[in-house]
Amino acid sequence: MKLFRVAVVSAVVLFLAGPVLIVAIASLNEGRYLDFPVEDYSLRWYADLFTDPLWRAAMRNSLIVALSSATLAVAIALPLAYSLHTYRPRFGTVLFGLGLLPFMLPPVISAISMLVFWGELGRPGRIENVIAAHAVFFSSVPLLTITLALRSLDPMTGEAATTLGASPAVRFRTVTLPLLRPSITTGFVITLILSLNEYIISFVVAQAAFETLPIKVFNSLRYGFTPTVAAMAVVFTLISVVVLAALARFTDLGALTDTGPEPEGPSPSPDQPAV
Amino acid sequence: MTAPRPRAPGWKRYAIMGAPLTVLAVFFLVPFAMVVAASFYRNVDGGFYEPAFVLDSWERLAAPYHLDRIVFSVLICLLVAALTTAAAFPFTWFLTRMTPRRQVTLLVVVLASMTLSEAIVGFSWHLLLGRSTGIGRILVWVGLTDTATAYTPGFWAVVIGLSYSVFPYCVLVLFPPLRAIGQQLIEAAGTLGASPFQTFTSVVWPLARPAVTASFLLGFVFTLGINVVVEQLGRPEHWTLAVLISDAASSQANTPLASALAVFVALVSLGVVALVSVVESRLDPSAARRRGG
Repeated sequence: MKLFRVAVVSAVVLFLAGPVLIVAIASLNEGRYLDFPVEDYSLRWYADLFTDPLWRAAMRNSLIVALSSATLAVAIALPLAYSLHTYRPRFGTVLFGLGLLPFMLPPVISAISMLVFWGELGRPGRIENVIAAHAVFFSSVPLLTITLALRSLDPMTGEAATTLGASPAVRFRTVTLPLLRPSITTGFVITLILSLNEYIISFVVAQAAFETLPIKVFNSLRYGFTPTVAAMAVVFTLISVVVLAALARFTDLGALTDTGPEPEGPSPSPDQPAV
Repeated sequence: MTAPRPRAPGWKRYAIMGAPLTVLAVFFLVPFAMVVAASFYRNVDGGFYEPAFVLDSWERLAAPYHLDRIVFSVLICLLVAALTTAAAFPFTWFLTRMTPRRQVTLLVVVLASMTLSEAIVGFSWHLLLGRSTGIGRILVWVGLTDTATAYTPGFWAVVIGLSYSVFPYCVLVLFPPLRAIGQQLIEAAGTLGASPFQTFTSVVWPLARPAVTASFLLGFVFTLGINVVVEQLGRPEHWTLAVLISDAASSQANTPLASALAVFVALVSLGVVALVSVVESRLDPSAARRRGG
């Protein structure tokens, strides 16, 4: 059993990390073409990445799209999660489902929808179009993280505030919002990373008018392999790992997808009081 | 729970709830309705289309070429969903039984590979499976083979790339329900004399089965939505519906055809997701707590 466990876990880690390792080697290889064993190592391809004006333009576009769409995604998700949880409207489940719908459907559906939408409006190929598309598509992520946090809040805290005379607005600002901050941050940061990495929506909606980093990665490959792409891939991987490791320090990563009302620990004790 | 909830004035409540819903309606439902409409438009050469009510695009969807692609897509998605779920189930099970420290480290690895751009996943596997780089060269270097073989483009390269993209999603779907299966239950089975194999077949598997079904079905939906990996690692004969949609929209500039394909894929995905919620409703929390201890 132990042998099986070690075999399964190592095989999975190797499978997940393998491609990234080979890319890292390619990015550090001095020559243009990778061969084994590697002769010389250098950082020249990383320097390329930050000096080439085309890569820098793509980087700038990606950052604009990711920061704006993550902000907008939270701006959509926070009031929706809060009002569905607090006001408990009729058809609340349906409305929550509507919030998750864009993300549940393949991204290419959002891509084609936005392409037709902006085409009909006569405003194709603008960066705002990609921002709007990402904001709506990824708003499901903060909607999920914030809803999970709202469900785990102790209702007594809020009621205490009301008893002490706080209006709903004051109560939201001084009690609910500070308690939701970790889930808002998690939703924002994960949206940021996902948007930074998103390819198909950006590609279809941008209509070749501008490039984001993933578009540039894909386009570079059409004209053959350049180690600069490998360097970019390594930078991307590092960003994801660093940000997620930082998130893991102050949130329960495993509960991210847990839509059940009470997430339970690895080995819950039977007489543990409900929180 | 029974205490009255705070009540903002009615119009304010409608505004707070209505604003985000309006945004979703305008930027998701309306565009999608336009796509449904566009699937009935007439395609005009040169990347244009004109409003009409014709079934041209839908008829093309039912023609042998697209039928063939639909069957291929469904089969490859089923294969990938089965492979990834089969691998993700034991991995996630062991993950839920680890010390918190190791668990977090592995979750970061899984989530990092999940957030990795499709373009980068495709590129990495292209490098790893290509003739002049990667596995082929390493095998020559180690002395296992004489000449390097290219494993991409090809069917199995596509399957590997797709599995790499979908695997983390399956882990995330399996993790919460598997974590909820209490360790005491496993220990109790052991104390009562069950072998590890018996414990698995009589305790773990019955409790985990709905989660495994959900992982398989969602794995299917996620695979159906992947483009770039397929484009980079396969030949046109390996293209799935998602690639055909972006190809129709971009390279062929045939919006009506792309729309019809998109509506079809959306319906299939929604159908499967609805099936998942039926499966998950069988996993109600009170039952989970009874099982979890």
